[in-house]
Amino acid sequence: MRHVGHSTGKHVVLLWLLLASPFAMAQHATGSDLFSGEQAFQNYCANCHGKAGNQIVGVDLGHGAFRKPYDDAQLTDIIMKGIPGSPMPATPGMSREQAVQIVGYLRSLAISKDAGAGGDAARGKLLFAGKGQCFSCHRVDGEGSRQGPELSRIGLSRKSDQLVTSLLDPNREVQPQNRSYRIVTHEGQRISGRLLNQDAFSVQLLGSDEQLHSFEKADLQSAEFIASPMPAVRGTLSDQEVADVVQYLVSLRGSAKR
Amino acid sequence: MSPRFRLCCVLLAASQCASAQVTNDQLLRPDAQPANWLSYSRDYSNQRHSPLNQISTDNVARLQLQWVWQARSLEKFEATPLVVNGVLYTVQAPNDVVALDAATGRIFWTYSHQPSPARTCCGRVNRGLAIHGDTLFMGTVDAHLLAIDAKSGQLLWDIVVADAAAQYSITMSPMVMKDKVYIGTAGGDMGIRGFVAAYDIRTGREVWKFYTIPGPGEAGHDTWSGDSWQKGGASIWNHGAYDPESNLVYWGTGNPAPDWDGRMRLGDNLYSDSVIALDADTGKLKWHYQFTPHDELDYDSTQVPVLADISWKGKPRKVMLWANRNGLMYVLDRVSGEFLLGKPYVEVNWMDGFDAKGRPHRVPGMVPTPQGTLVRPHVHGAINWAPSAYSPRTGLFYVAHWEHSGIVAIEGQFPQSVGINARQTTMGDVTLEPFLNNDDEARGVIRAYDPVTLNVAWEYKLGNITWGGMLSTAGDVVFGGGKDGYFVALDAKSGKLLWKAALGGQVNAGAMTYAVNGKQYVAIAAGTALFVFALP
Repeated sequence: MRHVGHSTGKHVVLLWLLLASPFAMAQHATGSDLFSGEQAFQNYCANCHGKAGNQIVGVDLGHGAFRKPYDDAQLTDIIMKGIPGSPMPATPGMSREQAVQIVGYLRSLAISKDAGAGGDAARGKLLFAGKGQCFSCHRVDGEGSRQGPELSRIGLSRKSDQLVTSLLDPNREVQPQNRSYRIVTHEGQRISGRLLNQDAFSVQLLGSDEQLHSFEKADLQSAEFIASPMPAVRGTLSDQEVADVVQYLVSLRGSAKR
Repeated sequence: MSPRFRLCCVLLAASQCASAQVTNDQLLRPDAQPANWLSYSRDYSNQRHSPLNQISTDNVARLQLQWVWQARSLEKFEATPLVVNGVLYTVQAPNDVVALDAATGRIFWTYSHQPSPARTCCGRVNRGLAIHGDTLFMGTVDAHLLAIDAKSGQLLWDIVVADAAAQYSITMSPMVMKDKVYIGTAGGDMGIRGFVAAYDIRTGREVWKFYTIPGPGEAGHDTWSGDSWQKGGASIWNHGAYDPESNLVYWGTGNPAPDWDGRMRLGDNLYSDSVIALDADTGKLKWHYQFTPHDELDYDSTQVPVLADISWKGKPRKVMLWANRNGLMYVLDRVSGEFLLGKPYVEVNWMDGFDAKGRPHRVPGMVPTPQGTLVRPHVHGAINWAPSAYSPRTGLFYVAHWEHSGIVAIEGQFPQSVGINARQTTMGDVTLEPFLNNDDEARGVIRAYDPVTLNVAWEYKLGNITWGGMLSTAGDVVFGGGKDGYFVALDAKSGKLLWKAALGGQVNAGAMTYAVNGKQYVAIAAGTALFVFALP
């Protein structure tokens, strides 16, 4: 089942991308391998990781966003043996060949990532800090506010079309960990911010004052999700400027690692 | 500009005006913030003495469990948490940082570091964090140093301190002074060359590095035969101390490698099994004292140094108190390094006295031999890494350690434990185990020592040996625990048992205390969970 000739057109494209990538030498994957890898991924992995591999916060397998930069052999081992002390289980029934095919499939997804929005990342960086005033709410590599989502690795977890949507229509799709929340205490104190955690009796959030807050629900008059305070940039930024900012965001892939 | 943008700008201005969360001044004067616990030992002296006194000898018997946080880990829980303004930070072994509401135990965030495969001698453990400003620092078992935003849990930077593939690892809590974060590595048993290094807290850039084994041309290099210095161990794997007046930073160093066979590393093997005093700004060695020259019994000297100002022969003296793994207790002048006093505090048979400079006199024959030699204390020591405490109120030095331990040292081999209950002195574990020893076999004790005479003021006998540390409070209560899973509160003046809690898992950490909204809490890790107590 390793005949390239049996591949569909989509697989041929994937194979071409694979061969053109730095991962190609490590993979030697055929279109058939990728197809098998996709099937194995959906059977074994998607239940926790999601069909697109981005269901776990901080991990986006389809964009190559792992907890750390594993090589192919390490990923294969993780798929087969799991990560001790974490929810990632071993997969006893899986053959090494299947695990290798899953790695190949994930690598192919990562290298077929979007090419951006046709903007200029350098200009986008200037717009991010200047006209866009994005640091007012967002943080990149230790600079800026913690009110909004931290963006130092946003290019690993969001595609350019998703970022364009976030800029133009911020409330259309908000990641669960970024939902805005507001509490009002019985004394009338109001605090809004990003919901971090809640249970039957208490709620925790990172407030817009950049402080960690924890409340007993019995002390609250109300606690609810609210619309994102992220303003739509239409009217503030031109289409080209949006493309530039998105190009910059796509380039943010975690410079914290040295 | 849209109204929302204006709002953001106002908020940004407000946040920029806010001062950093933990300042140098706060780290230097933690008594001004008694509700917080800002470093591994609360302060640079490592006294682990809190000014909080709401919990006292009069009411400690009424302590009640407030909350429990269960770690998602089967590793030993050795970390001492930090508490900053109502937020408790701790480590889920091996290297997940967790921020909790210190009053309820509910989670704010978790930062997960998945370490690459790394070999550690004694468990993939971590003993805690450091904080400066809004930045937390953590060493990892794959020998990285991480900076993490304390508000959001986001990674700020991640540097490689040493090569995990070369057997380096980090289990210790970092130290922060001024603009630097300091850390060493474990791996001495695997044949690394030990060091401690200082890094810029903003960037992670290395500022200086001090190797604990002198290289060619450096003083002390001739204390290693042949090329043994290259893989001689002497790692720094536990917390150090800092004296702001002298600007000296101190660490204890680990055993020379190979551990139990000194034939291929003839000489004193400096600076293994020593305390080193370095200039905090430059890393230059100011003085050293070697506790166990040419160690062949794995007597790491990586205990946490305790600094105290005491009256010594009628005059004030700045001293360093040290209960060592080798069974000897020491009083050193922390400015000059002068040996002031040393004596056995448990059964010791490998030495029988000191010369005028404090060099121990070895008992002939008390070395590894082909037929085996019974040596006391055990290879795991009279004490190992667990921190001691000192109360300036009582003037007593509180140490949790082992008595009557021994080992059969065999030339070229791993030592063999003594007696039928050999497992009783193995490294700490998570779960409880049956304890089968007689009183003349190894057991644990908590003792209070007079730092001037090193005589015992009182003793509390534990039901098993201990890997737990000590906490002292201004309520004149000291807290400790051990392998039997009890967390105990003792009268700091008499050692009388005032309160106990059965935690269902081994106590492998030191307790700490803090306050939120005027209420004092006491926290202790046991098994794989963190338990927090307070008065009703």
